[in-house]
Amino acid sequence: MLYREAGDFKTSYQADSQTFPIAFDRWRYWAVLVIAFCVVPFFVNAYWANAILVPFLIYAIAAIGLNILTGYCGQVSLGTGGFMAVGAYACYKLMTSFPDVSIVIHIILAGGITAAVGAAFGLPSLRIKGFYLAVATLAAQFFLVWMFNKVSWFYNYSASGQINAPERFVAGIAVTGPNTAPWAQYMICLVFLTICALIARNLTRGTIGRSWMAIRDMDIAAEIIGVNPLKAKLTAFAVSSFFIGISGALFFAVYLGAVEVGEAFGIQKSFLVLFMIIIGGLGSLFGSFAGAAFLVLLPVALKVIGVDLLGWPTDLVAHLQLVIVGGLIMFFLIKEPHGLAQLWRVAKEKLRLWPFPY
Amino acid sequence: MSADFLYGIEVVLNGLMAGVLYALVALGFVLIFKASGIFNFAQGVMALFAALTLVGIMEGQVPFAHLINAVFGTNIHHFGWQVPAILAIFLTVLVMIAFAWAVQHFVFRHLVGQEPIILFMATIGLAYFLEGVGDLMWGSSIRTLALGLPQGGSLWVEEMTNGLGGDDFYGFFIDKLDMVATLVALVLVAGLVAFAQYTKQGRAMRAVADDHQAALSVGISLSYIWVLVWSLAGIVALVAGVMWGAKSGVQFSLSLIALKALPVLMLGGFTSIPGAIVGGMIIGVGEKLFEYTIGAPYLGGATENWFAYMLALVFLVFRPQGLFGERIIERV
Repeated sequence: MLYREAGDFKTSYQADSQTFPIAFDRWRYWAVLVIAFCVVPFFVNAYWANAILVPFLIYAIAAIGLNILTGYCGQVSLGTGGFMAVGAYACYKLMTSFPDVSIVIHIILAGGITAAVGAAFGLPSLRIKGFYLAVATLAAQFFLVWMFNKVSWFYNYSASGQINAPERFVAGIAVTGPNTAPWAQYMICLVFLTICALIARNLTRGTIGRSWMAIRDMDIAAEIIGVNPLKAKLTAFAVSSFFIGISGALFFAVYLGAVEVGEAFGIQKSFLVLFMIIIGGLGSLFGSFAGAAFLVLLPVALKVIGVDLLGWPTDLVAHLQLVIVGGLIMFFLIKEPHGLAQLWRVAKEKLRLWPFPY
Repeated sequence: MSADFLYGIEVVLNGLMAGVLYALVALGFVLIFKASGIFNFAQGVMALFAALTLVGIMEGQVPFAHLINAVFGTNIHHFGWQVPAILAIFLTVLVMIAFAWAVQHFVFRHLVGQEPIILFMATIGLAYFLEGVGDLMWGSSIRTLALGLPQGGSLWVEEMTNGLGGDDFYGFFIDKLDMVATLVALVLVAGLVAFAQYTKQGRAMRAVADDHQAALSVGISLSYIWVLVWSLAGIVALVAGVMWGAKSGVQFSLSLIALKALPVLMLGGFTSIPGAIVGGMIIGVGEKLFEYTIGAPYLGGATENWFAYMLALVFLVFRPQGLFGERIIERV
């Protein structure tokens, strides 16, 4: 009853081309923001923050980043883990070299550095396409992880080869280090996610996003009608890596606090983020959120059911989890290649016409 | 000849042997890609699964023992018999054929006509699924494969080549297992080529690879051919799994050789069997030589992790279809 355009009159072009053309969507959007910013921080405890909320927020940023590259621009990348590592190590070097500068600036700069690295590794995409590019991005993944392992300048010559986030404050509240309150972790990630999502949404609506999608749908045809493939592909790599770098920096500084590169940013991470956008939906912002939520919740849910309720051994549940994740990916690709986002879209279409679908 | 130069040659020889093993995995990829256009990421996990199954059958393990014990509270683990290697290999081949049929029937039959990238992602899902099933069926501990394959350095080669260099050269060190693997790979490739050239099924397979619709129109069953190539890829995976498993134990890292086979494919081209072999050699020799001459002395070692990808990346910039791949023609 509530979800329809009828009676929702637009009087300007601006209103007509807004992100949420339906009033109910706008209200829902504001309601989600209000709950996320004003209600959740008061109820969040250490378990919820560490197991579900903070990883979800961080992976959502990474998924948005990868979705820009793979979903909007059609360039498959398996180097997400490597780029997250760049963000994390850049953030670490900045934090230890310039301790007086705010951590927020460091995280943004880390994103910028990752964008530069991503654009450099995106250069071959002008010649290499499809699977060949997917494999070529593995070069970035393995080379970057190797580099952060071998070059001790990156981890300030520490004996363990780990990097540890020193304590940093935003407005007098600790956001990194061992004394961080769960709600502070949650809030800083939420702020970054909200800003990233806003930027991504508006980029993909505009000229640059349209040129990405033209390249995705057919790069030669796009070139003929005047889209510059160099500019489109490199900006996609740069913007995508910017978000992925921010998520890597948050993952290291806020979530884990101490990181060993091969373990935290290995090839498994690349696949995890790729699965998020496949299950969520390629080329959809909502899909990035849905996929991240799904793959963060699934292991927790399985653990609660398998280990806590049924009393099975943890390694058995871990194996079952692989089977279920793999099976679900195949199931989704068969039933709905466009992911959870498509289910949502279909549901919305039905709602708009309900109860008279003619 | 100086000892350094001779050691360099030894590195090249060992690289060639490693390259053969890469090529073995890459072969499985090429078979499936040619016939169905599916880029099968699960090939490495198939090798792991095949090797695990072989070990499990030989030791008489009860499949899914772990799961059964957890659900029913029983405590079973072994049937209490040992299966001879030949029979176990035969049974494993049957399992791989059943797997091929299941993959075709339950997954890829429903994905015909989808974009290649969707198919690729489905195989990543398949890789996870199969890895989980393998762990559930046979447990996740590291196994040794007791097929009685020769191991260790070959004394004969060492003595034969001892006289080549000066006093500080002691002959080439070459693992017997690598030599066996090379022989097996050669036999396998010869067998595959003969199968593709001279048998009815082989011809049908090549017809499907050339043109799906033309093949359909002369009465070739696509689904049969696809089951066939997946079975062949399963058998190739078994051989690769046995060789790698004998070398480093049957464990999870076995599935990572799939990642190593990718640059091999890129170099050789996705559609060429000779390309897979030559690409494997180039990668094997290239990464060993780079590690020996530049990586270990100057860069702190372990460059083998990424060198192959970088080599493939640089190579592709100049020749995007690989060494032997079909020319990429793009039309609007």
